[in-house]
Amino acid sequence: MATQHSRSVARLMMAPAVVLLLGWMLVPLTMTLYFSFKKYLPLRGGDLGWVGLDNYIRFVSSSSFWPAVQATLVIVGGVLVITVVLGILLAMLLDQPMWGQGVVRILVIAPFFVMPTVSALVWKNMFMDPVNGLLAHLWRFFGAEPISWLSEASMTSIIMIVSWQWLPFATLILLTAIQSLDSEQLEAAEMDGAPVLKRFYHIVLPHLSRAITIVILIQTIFLLSIFAEIFVTTGGAFGTRTLTYLIFQRVLESQNVGLGSAGGVYAIILANIVAIFLMRIVGKNLDA
Amino acid sequence: MARAVTTRRKSLNTALAWAVGLLIFFPILWTILTSFKTEAQAIASPPLFLNFNWTLENYAIVQERSDYMRFLWNSVIIAGGSTILGVIIAVPAAWAMAFVPSKRTKDILLWMLSTKMLPAVGVLYPIYLLFIRLGLLDTRGGLVVVLMLINLPIIVWMLYTYFREIPGEILEAARMDGATLKEEILYVLTPMAIPGIASTVLLNFILAWNEAFWTLNLTAVDAAPLTAFIASYSSPEGLFFAKLSAASTMAIAPILILGWFSQKQLVRGLTFGAVK
Repeated sequence: MATQHSRSVARLMMAPAVVLLLGWMLVPLTMTLYFSFKKYLPLRGGDLGWVGLDNYIRFVSSSSFWPAVQATLVIVGGVLVITVVLGILLAMLLDQPMWGQGVVRILVIAPFFVMPTVSALVWKNMFMDPVNGLLAHLWRFFGAEPISWLSEASMTSIIMIVSWQWLPFATLILLTAIQSLDSEQLEAAEMDGAPVLKRFYHIVLPHLSRAITIVILIQTIFLLSIFAEIFVTTGGAFGTRTLTYLIFQRVLESQNVGLGSAGGVYAIILANIVAIFLMRIVGKNLDA
Repeated sequence: MARAVTTRRKSLNTALAWAVGLLIFFPILWTILTSFKTEAQAIASPPLFLNFNWTLENYAIVQERSDYMRFLWNSVIIAGGSTILGVIIAVPAAWAMAFVPSKRTKDILLWMLSTKMLPAVGVLYPIYLLFIRLGLLDTRGGLVVVLMLINLPIIVWMLYTYFREIPGEILEAARMDGATLKEEILYVLTPMAIPGIASTVLLNFILAWNEAFWTLNLTAVDAAPLTAFIASYSSPEGLFFAKLSAASTMAIAPILILGWFSQKQLVRGLTFGAVK
């Protein structure tokens, strides 16, 4: 039984972690809020006074805002659809009995460990280069004109690169969930003559729903803030400027901190909406 | 009869799974292969797979040109430092949450996790400004602190889930025998929790090693780790596929190996135990 004494010791032991995270959250957040109400240009006059909601309105009414929202949604949505669908198929395949399952799993998960800057550069140059890239060779082999991936099909290219990075994560989580599926239930359905699609739709998919939700929520949080993949490939050109990248450009490239901070507040609100749903699911799990 | 069918099905599964696995792994394999080619062979048409003269010259050139070892050293210090610091701070907190839970433990855990959801770009400038004011810009120490704070929620969470699996009775018994709190943690808890702590360290080392927002924005020269080193290759000069591949291989090899060892823990850590 926890005594009064052990409780206060416990509080003391939690203190460093709690205080540090509280500081990490509150200090920058307060500063971002503060700057977002100011006209603040570090290289052109510095603090030019309070402007109320001006930055918030300007950020949203700028001509690059809606394209950035659209680019963000297309990338997040595209990657989610690809990784979840392929992830389910791959997880079901990996769940089957086979030889060398461990090795296959290692091959499949490998992209997750490649740092984003490396995978973006490798894809950009060695695969998507319109002259010497492997895809260009492949296209020429079939007699087609090679594509300048990152300028002509910029969004498709980014989605491909990011999906390649996140497919292992989706697969691994879905595989973990699929392995806990009661195989007797499936066999019984098979005996009853239920066709494959029906079995998948009525037994496998419901069982995976929670894992799919987790994959979607966690990936959304990470995908909303992808940075390196755009930084080293297109630099935000060719319609690939996401919300994150737009804010980055406002703050560090054009040094308009007030405007960028207002954008940052929008990004924080967006991420929090997703986070609330994730928290609910994780929180429920804590009681179990 | 039934056995023959299963064997056939198993062979089919195996073939399909290996094909898909190799396809997914191919970009990495191709990078490793290309790193051993000469620049001319790297862009040969049609592409050369194994029939080329293997050479190590790219690795030598990469090291000579950009002092690869300095970036590597920075990566090791930053990823290692932030992980170790994070574990030192997280162990007591996770211990308290797992063994002296109160009504608020769950709220504190969830709140910690929620700080992880804060988009980095939303607080980029404040951190940037603080770093300039405190003289931390482009220092390893500054990055160690930032990456530690980013990963601290995951470290606390992972340790908490591992600690919770240790039966409380063992600790009670130690307490009965007159063990002090310090002895209890050092001699009873820690040995039992070593596997859990090890996989926490492994996973967070990987996350810190690959982190590419703060490491790109808060470093310039002195503290730049491998993420920045590789990003400097985004504007090519002349023939460089083979050198890029060599640099990439050097940057990802240690982490690939570490990652393969910790793949099981990875799932658990990254879903915060929500998928069993």
